[in-house]
Amino acid sequence: MLDIFLEFYPLFLRGLGVTVFVTIISCFSGTILGTFLALGKIYGNKFVSAVVRIFISIIRGTPLLVQLFIIYYGLPAYGIRLTPITAAVISFIINSGAYQAEYLRGSIQSISGSQLKAAQSIGMSKWQGIRYIILPQALRRVIPAWTNEFIYMIKYSSLAYVIGARELMTEGKLIASRNYQFFNVYFIVALIYLVVIILFVSLFNRIEKKVTIP
Amino acid sequence: MPTKHLLRIEDLHHSFENEEVLKGISLALDKGETKVIVGPSGTGKSTILNNIIRLVPPTKGKIYLEDTEITSAKNINEIRQQIGFVFQDFGLFNHLTAKGNVMIGLTKVKKMNKKEAEELALFELERVGLENYADSYPSQLSGGQKQRVGIARALAMQPKLILFDEPTSALDPELTGEVLKVMRNLAEEGMTMLVVTHEMGFARSVADELIFMEGGNIVEQGDPEKLFTNPDHKRTKEFLFQLTDLYGEGEN
Ligand SMILES: Nc1ncnc2c1ncn2[C@@H]1O[C@H](COP(=O)(O)OP(=O)(O)OP(=O)(O)O)[C@@H](O)[C@H]1O
Ligand SMILES: [Mg+2]
Repeated sequence: MLDIFLEFYPLFLRGLGVTVFVTIISCFSGTILGTFLALGKIYGNKFVSAVVRIFISIIRGTPLLVQLFIIYYGLPAYGIRLTPITAAVISFIINSGAYQAEYLRGSIQSISGSQLKAAQSIGMSKWQGIRYIILPQALRRVIPAWTNEFIYMIKYSSLAYVIGARELMTEGKLIASRNYQFFNVYFIVALIYLVVIILFVSLFNRIEKKVTIP
Repeated sequence: MPTKHLLRIEDLHHSFENEEVLKGISLALDKGETKVIVGPSGTGKSTILNNIIRLVPPTKGKIYLEDTEITSAKNINEIRQQIGFVFQDFGLFNHLTAKGNVMIGLTKVKKMNKKEAEELALFELERVGLENYADSYPSQLSGGQKQRVGIARALAMQPKLILFDEPTSALDPELTGEVLKVMRNLAEEGMTMLVVTHEMGFARSVADELIFMEGGNIVEQGDPEKLFTNPDHKRTKEFLFQLTDLYGEGEN
């Protein structure tokens, strides 16, 4: 098995690089999207919060693979042609944003409304109160859920192989189709995912500890 | 409309849905005065305070801060800077230290530079006796200390008056004294304060005027000593008697 890894490690590592890149971009951008969605749902007017609610239920109510296909195979009909990686990243951002919006909503609503009132009482606008008082606390509280989301995303990003984005899973498949060592190759792929996930989880746990409010 | 009062409330009404909870409140505060509002639960005391800084915009009536009509003002955030508010449940920002709680209004609202803001924050914390707790987070403070941070936060904005909504009623009895003492000092230093409280000892010894409210109306207002000993209304007597019985006259 080691020999296979040594023979193909540039391919494995390149695939891993794509996987990690796609995951990090998707998760962080998903946090930004999710934050706006959550704020729109909680603080927006009736129209905004209805639009957000519908958007979230559509995204959460349909398979990620279908969303990916619509963006990669569907959009060219409207003149939008995307590379596999771009299509994957866009669909992951949208998908992750919808999930993260719900985590963040819970987290924002768990922060007592009296802090926002207090912020306004010293002359902050509602937006300043959200930005300086509510979000710094809500984002900290959402780290455990976010870590979970990141783990899912690393694994779900393997779905990108079906549209040919050359992430870790795709590279594994290409290697296996060359040497026919399916067991060994996929075992290595699994091991790489495992190690990377363990590393990221311990990193995020460390960050979580570091930013915890006493 | 010019006025000699610092704060003037004229015929204030407020309704939640179809229920009228304030039915025409008028009162005024001059510079340096402390007035205490008492009344049974659900009478609309908090609603008055929330109406003043428009955290809850009033349904009808006019409120003036000096010459500015708050009720129609476009720049409500600027007016809020001039009126401190101390909450029953403190409303401290949990992710910030005591010092951070006091500073953030200075840096983000008043756009003061960090160093100046820090100096002022430390000064205000010292004023409420918390100079040794500047770096503590709210969760590391007792209720009385939290409320004093709340007061320091209000003071740092250098407001023209401070509104207190039952500042001690979330505290254990042994912690109310330290907060009342800070408030008493402020009154003596000439701060203008409108205080909702059940602390009759404080009302009796600090207030320039006591306002007894019930059912959305002011029943009686005047010299606290008179309301305690010889009120015009029977209800005033009954209520104050009952409160004094419940909470005692207090040390402060
Ligand atoms: N957001 C709200 N929506 C509907 N009704 C409300 C709201 N806030 C307060 N009320 C009602 O308005 C009335 C007055 O409330 P308010 O909080 O001003 O009373 P209070 O005198 O401060 O009472 P307490 O001593 O219990 O604090 C109460 O009957 C209360 O139930
Ligand atoms: Mg109240």
